[in-house]
Amino acid sequence: MRLFRFIRRREKDAELALELDAHLQHETDDYLAQGFSAEEATRRARLKLGSITLLREDLWQWNSLGFEGILRDIAYAVRTLTRNPGFAIMAVVVMALGIGANTALFTVVHSVLLKPLPFTDPDHLVMLYERSVDTNYPFNIIAPGVYAEWQKDAQSFERMAIFGSSSYNLSGDSGQLPERIESVRVSADFFPILGVKPAYGRVFHSSDDQPQAEATVVLSWGLWKRRFGGDPSILGGEILLDGSRYTVIGIMPAWFAYPDAQTQGWTAFHHEILPKDLTALDNHSFQAIARLKPGVSMQQALTEVDTISRHLREQYGANLPAISLGANMRLLLDDLVHDFKTPLYVLLAATSCVLLIACLNVANLLIARAASRRKEVAIRAALGGSRWRLVRAQLTETLLISLVGGSLGLVLAYFAIHWLVGLRQDMAREEAIHMDWVAIAFTVGVTLLSAVLAGLIPAMSTSGRASLAALQESSRSHTGAQAKTRLRRLLLSLEVALTVVLLIGAGLLLKSYQRLRSSDMGCVTDNVLTMRLSLPETHYPEATQRAAFFDQLLLRLRALPGVSSAALINVVPGQGYGGDNIIAIPEHPPLPKGQVQIARRRFCDPGYFAALQIPLIRGRVFTDQERLDTADKVVISQLLAHDFFPGEDPVGKHLVVDALLDDHPRAYEIVGIVGDTRHWIADPPQPMMYFPMSSGLSRRAVIVLRSQQDVNALTIPAQQVVQSLDKDLPVAYILTLNQLIGASTIEANFTSTLILVFAVLSLVLASVGLYGVLSYLVEQRTSEIGVRIALGAQRDQVLGLMLLDGLRPAMIGLVIGLLGGAAASQLIRSMLYSVRPLDAATFGAVAVALIAVAALSCLVPAWHASRLDPIRALRVE
Amino acid sequence: MPGSDKKQKNEMLQGTLDMLVLRTLITGPAHGHTIAHVIEHTSDEVLQVEQGSLYPALHRLEDRGWVSSYWGASENNRKAKFYKLTATGRKQLVAETSRWRQLVGAIGRVLGEVEG
Repeated sequence: MRLFRFIRRREKDAELALELDAHLQHETDDYLAQGFSAEEATRRARLKLGSITLLREDLWQWNSLGFEGILRDIAYAVRTLTRNPGFAIMAVVVMALGIGANTALFTVVHSVLLKPLPFTDPDHLVMLYERSVDTNYPFNIIAPGVYAEWQKDAQSFERMAIFGSSSYNLSGDSGQLPERIESVRVSADFFPILGVKPAYGRVFHSSDDQPQAEATVVLSWGLWKRRFGGDPSILGGEILLDGSRYTVIGIMPAWFAYPDAQTQGWTAFHHEILPKDLTALDNHSFQAIARLKPGVSMQQALTEVDTISRHLREQYGANLPAISLGANMRLLLDDLVHDFKTPLYVLLAATSCVLLIACLNVANLLIARAASRRKEVAIRAALGGSRWRLVRAQLTETLLISLVGGSLGLVLAYFAIHWLVGLRQDMAREEAIHMDWVAIAFTVGVTLLSAVLAGLIPAMSTSGRASLAALQESSRSHTGAQAKTRLRRLLLSLEVALTVVLLIGAGLLLKSYQRLRSSDMGCVTDNVLTMRLSLPETHYPEATQRAAFFDQLLLRLRALPGVSSAALINVVPGQGYGGDNIIAIPEHPPLPKGQVQIARRRFCDPGYFAALQIPLIRGRVFTDQERLDTADKVVISQLLAHDFFPGEDPVGKHLVVDALLDDHPRAYEIVGIVGDTRHWIADPPQPMMYFPMSSGLSRRAVIVLRSQQDVNALTIPAQQVVQSLDKDLPVAYILTLNQLIGASTIEANFTSTLILVFAVLSLVLASVGLYGVLSYLVEQRTSEIGVRIALGAQRDQVLGLMLLDGLRPAMIGLVIGLLGGAAASQLIRSMLYSVRPLDAATFGAVAVALIAVAALSCLVPAWHASRLDPIRALRVE
Repeated sequence: MPGSDKKQKNEMLQGTLDMLVLRTLITGPAHGHTIAHVIEHTSDEVLQVEQGSLYPALHRLEDRGWVSSYWGASENNRKAKFYKLTATGRKQLVAETSRWRQLVGAIGRVLGEVEG
């Protein structure tokens, strides 16, 4: 309808002109009839009708589509922006950075934290845990015996599945290179619970999930494509895992990455783990996933499993002190993304701050420009430009800035996400991170919001009355500009406050990260090469075979040119938990009921301590003769001595360790005490005990190599040594010790670096704002300052006066920011490592840095003010 | 703001004016000048049609399809644009009239108690 009118607008206008003409003629006729002269009749008729132009304009407007005005606004905005390209480019860049960072972070948050998991009815999927005796682990992995009780008695679940990660040596029949693949052993209900179908073939039947069943494996899409060239004939064929033949029964679809993206194969749980290993109530080593029955709440289900667990604790707790206190549960999605929630939301908050600062900055610049265009605006207002038109013009301009900025931001976000996904392979659901229409909609929304925010503030400050005053105002007086200056100062204080909050956050996280990286691992970490291997049960069933292999391996590694020392240990410092045992000390009276002593367990060769420069504090390490059955000596860490042998000499005493060799506890004589090492960089050292590698008890080993030259050069020779001993034995995770430790601090590194970048960006924006406001103030007060100087004010005084003027909003902002920072630091408490949220040093440093930057950005305009030539200043008029 | 106030008044008048124009056309086609005069006359000169607002109103009514128009010769034998009530316009008039009566009745009932 409207469009139709618009098309016929000219025609209608012509018709109206004719019609009005006819009206005038009729009216004139009437007046003529009443006896007026022709001239008077025409005059009266015209007078009665009013302005014809106005009527025609009215109709013209009514027949318009409404966007000619907008087109005009856009043309005007483009003209204004191109006239001042510096401002335009700055504003667009600032907006692009703000919007880009927000879009990227939002995409990640949405993909990782908010999007439902790609499984059937994911709201009913839960992970079950045990509440450990050690209250530091409320979500501990589960013991198979407890799982069996849950499965037997709990009514809240449709199904329950148990699984545990493992890895296999994947080798070929015809000389293909062996490789080590991460895999998961899953019970038959695992895939049905998730509701996932394989891309080809089938998943496990319950008949496959039996000890006597034929060995079967389901491959990941990635492994199938990479190793087997995507050949469908592999289905039903056999592959070699740890030297045993497994029938490939299915290939999972490419998108499927559960429990994590590293998983390359799934095997049948009960085929891999013997029934006798599935009875323990206190050996926590597996995970459990379950699907809630419809209508059963999380709380109901939790109460049910918790009751079962508590019951078990009451029943067996006296004899099994490590049995858990109860059960725990959380949604599968929460479980997957739990570790990333706080950091991601903190980053999103930081990018929001940056965007807000960007908007405030653009608004600030616009107000400054509006101030210099007050007369122009006033003239437009006086010529009939309505207030709304002026506001609209302003909004069009910021909309233009935001749209260009937003489009650039979208491109920026695309690359940022690409970069981020590449960098953060460790993040859960990393494969799910894509820019989708939700992200695009978010960008559009943020862009519009930014435009309104940045445009409305300056537009509101152009009040009609002030415009009129501007026409009368001489440049000597500056009363009319005061409101604007006040608004700018307010915006500036806000900017500074947000910047301070970001700086404090960045400071705290950076300090945490530095503390984390500089935490003493207890051993040398520079130029140490590590690589992992695992001897498969099928080829090395006997301890003697394993011990012989490790002996040979060490001998050949040490013979390699360039190797200054080589050692073996089952788990290197920084690699993780690595297993523990309950220990008893026969020389001590029995512990009270319910109390346990637990120590981390390690297997290493005698040269390990010297190789990694772990100090020997007392006694000796093992000898080469203490091997296999004669390996009845143990070396303990300083902390174990301190915790379990307070005020006495442990050397010569014994540790009785359960289930190290088989089910029989055995006493090991303590021969030495060594320094503490950290199993995980962020965790303090734990009591640790070392058994000889040549006992043959460990199947796993990490090769540790040191060299006078770059240790990376030993990578290939060391692999060749392993190959020469066993051509089907792969090595995996070839990393320097620093890389290994660095990988576990990537989260802290990443978050603190990003927030620092945001904070610095904000600081630059805020200082630009400060500089702008003070320059403007100086310009405003040129004549006043001139008068002051002419009347004898000292230049130092003027400098001080102007500095103070500029610094005041910065100070207000700083105070607000420090308060805000104190609040924000509580929110990131969980991300801090050995730094208190209200770290005085950080807060102080931020305050000093801010004052310094603020003073610097105020100094130039203040200096200009103090150097003003009074004669010229007074002539400014 | 003074602007919004004025606008409100205009809108109120406009609705009323539309109704009056439609009512005028019920006796047959007429051109703008006649319509203005008829309204003023029949209301005993109480309602002074602001001629400026009459023509935009007529165009709007035509756009809504309540009146149609044609060019013809007027009683003075001048060329003039005549407006004619359409079927939908007639329906609209009935609706508007009854709504107006209701309104007047209601206001009358409220005001009635004051009189006397």
